[in-house]
Amino acid sequence: MSLIQTASAPMAPLMTRAAQALKGLTPGKVLTFLVLLGGAWVVIFPYVWMISSSLKPTDEVYDADFTIWPKTFAGVQNYLDVLIEQPYPTFLLNSLIVCAGVLAVQLVTAIPAAYALAKLKFRGATILLGTVIACITIPINVTSIPLYLGLVRAGLLDTYFSMMFPFLVSVFAIFLFRQFFKSYPESIIEAARVDGFSEIEIVLRLIVPAAVPAVAAFSVFSFVAHWNDLYWPLIVVQSQDKMTASLSMMQYRSEFDINYGRTFAAATVVTIPMLIVFFFARRAFVRGITMSGVKG
Amino acid sequence: MARLELKDIRKSFGGTDVLRGIDLDVEDGEFMSLVGASGCGKSTLLRIISGLENADSGQILLDGRPVGDDPPSGRNVAMVFQDYALYPHMSVAQNMAMPLVMARLPIYARLPGGRLFTPHLRGSRADIALQVEKVAGQLRIDHLLSRRPAQLSGGQRQRVALGRALVRNPSLFLMDEPLSNLDAKLRVEVRKEIVELHRKSDLTFVYVTHDQTEAMTMSDRVALLRHGRLLQVAMPGSLYFDPATIDVARFIGSPEINLFPARRKDGTLSFAGVRLSLSGGPMGDSDLMVAIRPEALVVKGAAGVASSPLEGPQFSIGVTREAIEDLGAEIVIHGRIARMPDIALRIRAQKSLHHAGPVAVPAQFDVRASLSSLLFFGADGQRINGVTAGVAQKALAR
Repeated sequence: MSLIQTASAPMAPLMTRAAQALKGLTPGKVLTFLVLLGGAWVVIFPYVWMISSSLKPTDEVYDADFTIWPKTFAGVQNYLDVLIEQPYPTFLLNSLIVCAGVLAVQLVTAIPAAYALAKLKFRGATILLGTVIACITIPINVTSIPLYLGLVRAGLLDTYFSMMFPFLVSVFAIFLFRQFFKSYPESIIEAARVDGFSEIEIVLRLIVPAAVPAVAAFSVFSFVAHWNDLYWPLIVVQSQDKMTASLSMMQYRSEFDINYGRTFAAATVVTIPMLIVFFFARRAFVRGITMSGVKG
Repeated sequence: MARLELKDIRKSFGGTDVLRGIDLDVEDGEFMSLVGASGCGKSTLLRIISGLENADSGQILLDGRPVGDDPPSGRNVAMVFQDYALYPHMSVAQNMAMPLVMARLPIYARLPGGRLFTPHLRGSRADIALQVEKVAGQLRIDHLLSRRPAQLSGGQRQRVALGRALVRNPSLFLMDEPLSNLDAKLRVEVRKEIVELHRKSDLTFVYVTHDQTEAMTMSDRVALLRHGRLLQVAMPGSLYFDPATIDVARFIGSPEINLFPARRKDGTLSFAGVRLSLSGGPMGDSDLMVAIRPEALVVKGAAGVASSPLEGPQFSIGVTREAIEDLGAEIVIHGRIARMPDIALRIRAQKSLHHAGPVAVPAQFDVRASLSSLLFFGADGQRINGVTAGVAQKALAR
């Protein structure tokens, strides 16, 4: 950046600053930057492509020579189609309800379970922990058929409950929180017991406030995973008004014609809430996955 | 204020016996220290008293009431932990208020936002705040009430931990090595403050430490533990001068007490090249241990070392010097007995006030000691009482 500035505005202070910047630039550093830049491009390009395509008419999406800015601008049309003609606010709200509901129940079930596994001594604790770890390895595809049959029997298909049901207890969350709680100083918990805290209050007043980064990290994981989930809503959702945002994009696919410009606009609309969530939780998220526990 | 009685407390962890039958009475208002090397069971015993751990068998009585099955909160005991165990995200005031909040407010009032729904409890909350301020004032931490534990120094955290324990007016005050995380200077200071606190409060204190200096300087009585058993419970002075077993004698006192294997034969005791006549005690020939405190040995012929006068019959041992530790007011001389170099000897001596230059201890020197300062232990390690040593007919064996 500073190089370009120097070229356009050849002022003395800028010159020296640029010179200083150049001085520190060893071949190793240049290589590092290039590699990082390449990596960043690989990550960002799909988004660039998505947004760029969402501004193009379908035939231009198919065009052989890719341009970031569309030759024919169809952005207004695509986004109006998505936001006005389609019930996208409803789809987004459905996604929000499912994700928030899943996350809330996951936290309520996982935090006490993780505390028990991390800090309480009871018969069978080791076996239970082993079971939890083993459960992490079971994919949803294995359990989806019995779950589906059960929901059909109970007449609960096409409800918010059926959309959330398989995910209400997250063994991954239990394991993650257990690892985090494990490092909480034993003596603080003992001091609390002497002071008259009940175990529930130890969790609420001491453990949870200390575990905010872990909770934030898991919340982002969980929210993104269920926001993007296509598999399970596809199985249990039947009506238009229960459709989640990611599922809704299926409907632009027809046998004869796919409106790609509109599909990409929909994808952009569906992705943006996740980006916002991540930007707000970014700090806590990074802290949650890089450190654990509190220092006394 | 309470009287604590422990009756045959036993505890084992996975087949390891940690406590093997502890009987201990702590009087109302007494300062009792539990001392022992690490792993002796002293902390486990304290945790059993507090209720954090359950004994496998035995009884705990508080004022005659069995409390062994009560949870910690039901015993009205307060505990101070080695690492202070303050609640990290609460202010000092909240930390100190917690025991009272837990005891006086119902659970729905303690939940987040509970304050809004319980205006009728405003009086209780004000009482708690008042009590916290009072205790904070006593401990001189009232200016810190709004801080978080992370913003405090070690000594301040220690005071907050004491305050949190005091605020509930406990019947029993338990401390688990509360000073070991402080630096040496602060330790002496807080030590004094805790003694002061005990004197003012009339509370019953049980204090766990591995540091004999703490135990000796602070306590009314000291209980010495080893391998899960009580070796001796006594006042600090008698623990030092009148140890019941050789283990007590070795644990208490620094540098360690001098021990000599001895043999009693035909009424004559010989150890370290010294021969003494021995009367009283169990008769017959036997192997004994003779012990003498390092400061009971008086160095002869060293420049700059004060030699206090000895009383009564004496004996003398030739010593080879090995190393000298200068502690300022006094020195510790490590040596070996000249004629039996496999026996090490520790001597603690005051420096002479009238000597300006450095201390000079010759490579070979004599130490003298009164016969009355000798302690005798049997081969089983138990103290032998009623033994009187006298100068043997052959006089000093040198």
